[in-house]
Amino acid sequence: MIVSEQFSGMSPVSVDDNNCLQPPVVLKSKMETRALDVFYGDKQALQDINLAIGEKEVTALIGPSGCGKSTYLRCLNRMNDTIPECTVRGEVTLDDANIYAPGVDVVEVRARVGMVFQKPNPFPKSIYDNIAYGPRIHGIGSNREAIDEIVQVSLERAGLWEEVRERLNEPGTGLSGGQQQRLCIARAIAVDPEVILMDEPCSALDPIATARIEELIDELKENYTIVIVTHSMQQAARVSQKAAFFHLGMLIECDDTPAMFTNPTKKQTQDYITGRIG
Amino acid sequence: MRRKHQDKGHIVHSFDEDLNTLASVIIEMGGIAETQLSDAIKSVGTLDYALAEKVVGRDQRLDKLEIEVDAAAIKILAQRQPMAEDLRQVVTALKIAHMVERIGDYSKNIAKRATILSTLPPLESQQNIPRMGQIAQKLLKDVLDAYIERNADQAIDVWQRDRELDEVCESVFREIQHGMAQDSKYIASGTHVLFMAQSIERIGDYTTNIAEMVYFLVNGEPLIELRPKGDWTTMASTESNSVSTSDSDT
Repeated sequence: MIVSEQFSGMSPVSVDDNNCLQPPVVLKSKMETRALDVFYGDKQALQDINLAIGEKEVTALIGPSGCGKSTYLRCLNRMNDTIPECTVRGEVTLDDANIYAPGVDVVEVRARVGMVFQKPNPFPKSIYDNIAYGPRIHGIGSNREAIDEIVQVSLERAGLWEEVRERLNEPGTGLSGGQQQRLCIARAIAVDPEVILMDEPCSALDPIATARIEELIDELKENYTIVIVTHSMQQAARVSQKAAFFHLGMLIECDDTPAMFTNPTKKQTQDYITGRIG
Repeated sequence: MRRKHQDKGHIVHSFDEDLNTLASVIIEMGGIAETQLSDAIKSVGTLDYALAEKVVGRDQRLDKLEIEVDAAAIKILAQRQPMAEDLRQVVTALKIAHMVERIGDYSKNIAKRATILSTLPPLESQQNIPRMGQIAQKLLKDVLDAYIERNADQAIDVWQRDRELDEVCESVFREIQHGMAQDSKYIASGTHVLFMAQSIERIGDYTTNIAEMVYFLVNGEPLIELRPKGDWTTMASTESNSVSTSDSDT
């Protein structure tokens, strides 16, 4: 399928889409995927995904298990490169540059597009070293004072500073689940990324810890572009400005979040978000 | 009656039951409101004091059912966090229940005035009340059917037909004024008939509001075009310094 030249919106722009609705306006897209196909061996996991991720807003990817939303997320910082049988076709751009182009430094891509996983996975190191690790390997922060500052600012931005400032040398794994997840967010922030990918960041957390992360996402979107995969429709409705619904490896619909959850265009979306298909 | 808006049930069956209960209470309310309006109108036409009293007494049932709808809707919101059409069903149920309850209140008001009217010298133009009432009854019946059938086209039809009622109302208003001007002994009955006419006009407005809710329920967007409206209160003014008292919601 040929991708439309006018592609600029935040919506599936397949040419066979006879839907007359205009794609919602995105002021500036930070990342875009064009005609993205992903295969695991012979099995196609994603089919012709055309989607734009708006800058400094939260995009939620929703859909039943196995629909391809996590696969899609992992294409955005080339995490799928780590899976040998995984093939990616099409374009993924970050500020209009294809991150899959030959010669692109994957490490740099991942520094610009950070990731937070479902289960908090702090390094078996001190709280301080968890944050300092990234800046050190990327050569950010030349001396101890600079690293100290990055650690403090990152922990502050992740809303964890007050809780851990007195015990920076204790192991990160000793924190509660919610604190560990905020530590991982702080760790992602420490290398000063532009985009943060979150793969079900709250699914292992209790409601209070979840609320803290959601509050944090709200604050982070002032400075970062965020893409979040979530199984909680209510969470998607609360934290995101745009929502994209994936089903069976295809992008079914993408729209402004309020429209998506009150009046989706596609029947499949309606059936999924109202709990009729899963 | 079976509702046919969704071909697929929820994975959690009790969610379907909750929504069905909500709709069935509204349908019950609609049925009672139809009876209330029809009996109230009948009591005016025949000056049937006993029937009017019956209408007044029956209004409590509508009040009680509205509270039931509120409780059921709140429970669904809290337990299910409905989305998309489910969410619209709950929100519109709350609003429609309130409007149907108000239609009941206006019907009760008409019946109350009918009991008083039976003791006063009859005004010729009060014969128009049953005629107006029939138009309102048809609007109410059609909009309730539109709700049950999730029929947006029928809702638009009701929405447009309210104008007819407004126009009749305007001419009735003039006739009542004329009757009252003829002889001051008609002032008391004329005042009551005037309020009855206004109650029927308000019932018509509520049917259009319900029609808007049905349209929103089905299509997910509001019915916002400006409806041509006859504004009988200003047009029927006998003085030049007329003040519009029409507060009909659109």
